Amino acid sequence: MPESEAPAVDGVVVEINGHEVVARKGELLIDAAERAGTYIPRFCYHERMKPVGMCRMCLVEVDSGRGPALQPSCMIECTPGMKVDTESEITKKAQDGVLEFLLLNHPLDCPVCDKGGECPLQDQTMAYGPGESRMVEEKRHKEKPIPISDLVLLDRERCILCDRCTRFAKDVAGDPLIHFIHRGNNTEVNTFPDEPFASYFSGNTVQICPVGALTASSYRFKARPWDLETTESTCQGCSVGCRISIDSSRDQVQRYSGVDIDPVNWGWLCDKGRFSSEAVSAEGRLGESLLRTASGLTPARWSDALKAAASALSAASPASIAFIGGARLTNEDAYAWAKLAKGVLGTDNVDAQLGDGLPAEAVLGLPRATIDEVCAPGGTVVLLGPDPKEELPVLFLRLRHAVENDGVTLIEISPRATGISSLARSSMQPRPGEAGDLMRALTAAADADRDIAGISAERLNATRALLMAAKGPVKVVIGRASTSESAEVTLDAASVLLGARPDTVFLPALRRANVHGALDMGLAPGLLPGRVALDDARAWFAECWSTVPAARGLDTAGILEAAAEGRIDVLVLLGADPLTDFPDAQLAERGIAGARTIISVDTLRNASSERADIVLAAAGFAEKAGTTTNLEGRVSSLSQRVTPPGTARPDWVLATELAGRLGANLGFTSPAEILAEIGSVAPSHLGLSIEVLAAAPDGLLVPAELPEPLDDADELTAQDDAVAEADATAAGDDADVEIDAAADGEIADSESEPVDGAVQAEIDLAEAAASQPAPVAFTPVGAVPAPPLDSYSFRLVATRKLYDQGTIVQAGNHLADLAPGTAVRVSPYDFDRLGVAAGDTVSVSSPRATLMMPIHADAGVARGSAAVVINQADHQVTQLMTINDVVTELRIETTK
Amino acid sequence: MSTTEVPRIITSRFEHEDSFTLARYEATGGYQALRKAIGMAPAAVADEVKSASLLGRGGAGFPAGVKWGLAPAEVWPRYLVVNGDESEPGTYKDRLLMERDPHQLIEGVLLACYAIGCGQAFLYVRGEMALAQERIAAALNDAYAAGYIGRNILGSDFSVDVVLTWGAGAYIVGEETALIESLEGNRGMPRLKPPFFPAAKGLYMQPTIVNNVETLSNLPWIVSNGGEAFAALGAETSRGTRMFAVSGHVKTPGVFEVEYGVTTFRDLIFSPQYGGGIRNDNAIKAFIPGGASAPWFFEEHLDLPLEKVTVDRAGSMLGSGAIVVMDETTDAVKACLRVVRFFARESCGKCTPCREGTTWLEKILQRILDGYGRPSDLALLMDVCDNISPGIAWPPKQTTICPLGPSAVSPIASAMERFRPEFEARITQAEQTRISVPVAFPKAVTHA
Repeated sequence: MPESEAPAVDGVVVEINGHEVVARKGELLIDAAERAGTYIPRFCYHERMKPVGMCRMCLVEVDSGRGPALQPSCMIECTPGMKVDTESEITKKAQDGVLEFLLLNHPLDCPVCDKGGECPLQDQTMAYGPGESRMVEEKRHKEKPIPISDLVLLDRERCILCDRCTRFAKDVAGDPLIHFIHRGNNTEVNTFPDEPFASYFSGNTVQICPVGALTASSYRFKARPWDLETTESTCQGCSVGCRISIDSSRDQVQRYSGVDIDPVNWGWLCDKGRFSSEAVSAEGRLGESLLRTASGLTPARWSDALKAAASALSAASPASIAFIGGARLTNEDAYAWAKLAKGVLGTDNVDAQLGDGLPAEAVLGLPRATIDEVCAPGGTVVLLGPDPKEELPVLFLRLRHAVENDGVTLIEISPRATGISSLARSSMQPRPGEAGDLMRALTAAADADRDIAGISAERLNATRALLMAAKGPVKVVIGRASTSESAEVTLDAASVLLGARPDTVFLPALRRANVHGALDMGLAPGLLPGRVALDDARAWFAECWSTVPAARGLDTAGILEAAAEGRIDVLVLLGADPLTDFPDAQLAERGIAGARTIISVDTLRNASSERADIVLAAAGFAEKAGTTTNLEGRVSSLSQRVTPPGTARPDWVLATELAGRLGANLGFTSPAEILAEIGSVAPSHLGLSIEVLAAAPDGLLVPAELPEPLDDADELTAQDDAVAEADATAAGDDADVEIDAAADGEIADSESEPVDGAVQAEIDLAEAAASQPAPVAFTPVGAVPAPPLDSYSFRLVATRKLYDQGTIVQAGNHLADLAPGTAVRVSPYDFDRLGVAAGDTVSVSSPRATLMMPIHADAGVARGSAAVVINQADHQVTQLMTINDVVTELRIETTK
Repeated sequence: MSTTEVPRIITSRFEHEDSFTLARYEATGGYQALRKAIGMAPAAVADEVKSASLLGRGGAGFPAGVKWGLAPAEVWPRYLVVNGDESEPGTYKDRLLMERDPHQLIEGVLLACYAIGCGQAFLYVRGEMALAQERIAAALNDAYAAGYIGRNILGSDFSVDVVLTWGAGAYIVGEETALIESLEGNRGMPRLKPPFFPAAKGLYMQPTIVNNVETLSNLPWIVSNGGEAFAALGAETSRGTRMFAVSGHVKTPGVFEVEYGVTTFRDLIFSPQYGGGIRNDNAIKAFIPGGASAPWFFEEHLDLPLEKVTVDRAGSMLGSGAIVVMDETTDAVKACLRVVRFFARESCGKCTPCREGTTWLEKILQRILDGYGRPSDLALLMDVCDNISPGIAWPPKQTTICPLGPSAVSPIASAMERFRPEFEARITQAEQTRISVPVAFPKAVTHA
C-alpha cells in the first residue's frame, strides 16, 4: 500500500524505525513490522497460536508515550502514535543477551541434528548474539532422546522451552498430553507418566519446533535439509486437501510438511497424512505388471499386460464391463478413465465409491459450503456425518477452532460420540436408521412431547431451540457416519433440514482423498464429467466423446451383485479393494468370485488384486503430476517429486494406452492437456487450466472461483438466459439438434484460431452456453422406514478410526502398528443388562454372520446400539452387514 | 524514641493464647466492623479505606483504595483474591496474621468484598503453611456457621463465598498473576502485564482484585475507627502501622508492628524491644531492607525512617517488610550466592533471561567461591545482570516477564558495588593457590 494512500478505516499509524507504517487495528507489532519489511526475531511466537511472550527474543524498544521501554513485540498491539525502534542499542543488547541465554544449555549438536540447516535457532545465532559462549560451566544434561509417542521423539537438551508444542497440543489439537514439568532451569517438556503424547496431530509439533528438540521417528537421520528437493503438493490422506510440501532426497520421499493456506489447513497436518510419506516407497510397491498364469500372478511385459486387458475389454459388451474405484487418483486420471469407460467403451457401470459414501447426485447436488463458511464466526453447524477427528482430522482442527475461538454453535447428530462431542452444544446419538425422524422433530413447528429416536424430549427441544436461534444459514457437515446404516437415512435428515431451512448449505464429508474429484469427473453411475447428469449432458458430450452410455449404469453394490450373477465380464478395479472396503463382505466375495476377468490397477497388491487376472502397476502420490479436488470442491495441484518404482505408470497413461489398443484416441498426451480438456468440456469446470490454477496458490473453488469465461455483462445475461432456455427444453429433441449443429470441433480449433480468435471464442462460448447442461440437482429423499425395534436386539454402528488396515496406514512403517483393533461397544446400561465383564468374548450375530468379539461398555454409545470399527485387523465386521439394509440388526449373546 | 506508645492495630490479639478462635475474636470487637459496614453504602466503605491511605503490604506498596478503583465498572462477576503466599525470604508476618488472627483477615476479606462488590473471594495460602491453612479453615467454618459468611450475611442482602486454596510451595506464586494461574489450576507462571492486569483481566479473565493478607487485616480497624484515625498514624506518605520481620544476625529476631514511616532501621535492629542489636555486638556490615529482592543497605542507611518514599529514593525498597541483617563476619560473596541461588531455584522457567540467566549467575558465583574464578568473571557477572535487568538501575528495568529475574540482580549489584574487593580477593587468592586447573576453560570472550 503506498504511504500516500489514506489509511484504511481500521488502520493504526505507528512509527517503526523512523518510518510510518499503517497497521491493522488490533494487529500485533511483530506482524505489522514484518508486513512493513522489518523482521523481528522470535522463537515462541507462531502466527496460528496465541502469543505468550516467553522467549523474549522479540523484545524491541517501544514508546507508547511514556518513554521507550523494552516490550515483547508479539504481545503488543499497535496503538496510534506508537514509536518502535527495533535496531536501537538497547534492543540489540537485549536480543543478543536472550540469544546467548538460549544457547547456554543448548548442546550445539547441529551436525547430527535433523533441524540443522533449517533451524531458526541456528539462523538467528548467525544474525544475533555473540560468536562464542562465555559460559564455561557444564551444560544441562538429560537422557536423550526420549520417545514421547510412537511417532515423535524428544531431545530435552535441545529444547529452548518456547511453549510452541505444548501450546499446540493444548490449544490447537485439544490433546494436552505434553506439558512443562519441574521448575526454573530444570524445566522440561514431558508427558505425564505412562501417558504418551498419543495425539493424531503430534507431527505438527515437530514442524513448529524452532530447534531440533522434537524429531519424527520416520525422518530421523534420513536427510540433511540442504540435500532436500522440495515441491508443493496436496495431501492425499483424506479429502480435506491440506497443502503440503514434499521433500525428497536421492529420489526418495523423505517427509511431508504442512503449508499454511488460509482456506484449508492453516499449516497443520494430521499424523496419518504427514507420516504417509513412508507409504510412497513402501515394501511391495508394484513396479511391473502381473498376469495370471498357472503359477499365479507373474510379472509380465507391459505390452502383454495391456494387450490382455484390451482384448478382454474389446470382447465384452458395454453392459458387462464395470469400473470400481478411482477415488485415490488425480482429476486427470479420473477423467481419463471416465472418458475410456463412458466415452469409448460406453459403459456406465462406473463407481468411485465402494458403497460406503453418499450417492453422487446428493454430494454434487446439495448446496455446497466451504470450510471457511462452515467455520465462520457465530454460525451454527450441524454435524450429520462421520467423526471428523477420525476421518477428516484437519477439518476437526478447523471446527474445534471455530467452536473454541469463534463462537460457533455445534450440533452433533452422530451414531456414536465423536472426537468433537465434548465441544458440541448438543450431541445426540439417535438410534441407527432414525436420524430423519430426529431431524423432523428438530425442525417441527412445535416442541416434541415424547422421546424420538432414543433422544429425550428435553434434550431434543433444547437442541430445537438452538437450531431455531441460528442466525444465517445452517451449515451441515454431511457424510456417511456409519456404514452399517443406509445412506438414505442421512439424506432423509438432510432433506428435512433443507425443506425447513432452504438456505442450508452442506460440506460433503466423504473421506477418500479425491473422491470428490472422481465424482466431478463422472466416475459414478448416471453422471458425466462436470457435475452433470448423464441424461442432461448426453448431447453436450456427444460432441467431443465418441460415444456416451445409453442408460444409467450400476453402482458398486449393483456391479458386485451383477458380477455375482455372472453378468460382468470385465471388472476393472481402479485402486479399489472391495474385498476389504465394501461394507458387505459376503457380496464383495461373491462379486469378485463371479467376475470373469478382473483388471486391477494399483500401487500395491491387496486382497482383491490377488484375485485379479491382470494387474497394472500404477504410479502413486508424489510420482505423478495432476490436480485434486477436496471436499469443498477446491481444485489444487499435485506434483511429481520422485520417479515411480520400476515401470509403474500414471493411470491416465494406462487409460490412454488401453484406448489406443481399443482403436480409440483419448486425445491427450499430458496431464496439462487433460486439464485443458476438462476445462473446456466439464460444465462445472469451464475455464480451468494449468495456467489459471498456477495463479491460485490456495487452489480454486470450482466453479465459484473460476475465471468468468465471458467478457461483459450483456453476454453474462445472455448466457444465463440461454441456460434457462436450455433448462426449459432440456428433454426436447429440438435442443439436441441445435447442439449438434453448434458442435463442430470448436474446442479443438479455438487454440489455433489466428487473428480474430477472441471474437471466434466469444461466438464459440455463446454457442456452447446455449447447450450447457444444468448442474445435477439434489432430489429430496423421503422417510426411510427402519424395521420395528426389537427389545432384544441391537442396531449396529460401524465407524472408522484414523488408523486402520488401509493402504496408507499399513504401508507406512510407523503408522501400521497404531491401528487399534476393534471390539463391540455398548452403552453401560446394555453392558450391565448383558451381565458381562469388560473384555469378555461375546457372540455377535446378524442375519448374515456371527462373530466372536470382546465387549466393552462405552458411554458414547446409545442404548440399543452396538458400535464396532471397520477395517481393523482382528475382526472383519463387514461380514455382519447387508448392503441395502436400512440398519443392521444384531443379537449379542454371552458365551459363558 | 516513641516506641512505647505504638498502637496495636493488627497484632492486638496476639498475646491471647486463643487469639484464633471466634469466641476470642467476638469478645474483642470482632465482626463489629462488618456490622457497621453493612449499614453503610459500599462506596462509603471504599471511601473510608481510601481516606486511610492504606498502602498495600505485599511488596509493591500500591494504595489499596486506588487498586480497588481499577476494576472496570459494571463488569461482573469480579473476584477478590487474597494473596497469602508469603514466601519472600525473611518475611513471615502474614503467616502470623493467618495463624494467630484468622478472623481478622476474614472480616477484612468480607469488608473488601462489600466495598468492591465481589460475591466470591479466594484465599490462597502458601503450600507449606499447614497451621495457617488449618486455622483459616476452622475459622471459615465457624464464620459460616455464625452467619458471617455465606448467603444474606447478618440478615442483609450481602452474600459472599470464601474459598480456601493453597499452593504447592512455589515462590513465584506470590506474584499476583502467577497466583491467579495457580488458582485456575494451571502451572504457576506469571502472565504478561500488559495485557493481563488482574484488575481488568484476572481470574478467569474477569476483573480481579488481589490484596495481601496484612493489607486486608487492617480493614476491620479502619472501618471501626475511621480512615482518618488510621491516617493520623505514621508519616505523610506511609500511614498507619506496619509489620516488619527482623532476622539475620540480630539478638532477638521477630515480627514487630510499628508505626509506619516513623521508626528507623536503627530502632528496629538495635532497640531492645525489637531486634536487640547485632549478635556478639559485632559491627553491622549490611542489611536487606525489604526482602531478598531489595538492594542492600549499609551502616549509613540505619537512620532512615521505615517510610516508603524515603527508602525508594535511597535506592531500595521496604518491599515485604523483611529486614535481614548481616554482621561484619559475613562473607559478601557467599551471602550474594545464597540469595541468587534462591531466585535461580525459584525461577518458574517461563521466560528465557530469568530461567537461564539466574542459574548462570549462580554458577559463576559458585565457581568464584570454589576457587576457579577468573578476573573477567566480575565483568561477566555484571553483563549477565545487565541482560536480565538492562542498566542495573533502581527501580529495575527487565527483559523478563516478572520481577523475579531482576530480584537476583539486586544482591549482586549491591555486593559488587560495596564489596568488590572481596570478590577480587577470592579470584586473586584462587589464582595464587591453585596448583592445577582441573578444567581447561576456553579463553574468555568479551562481549563487544
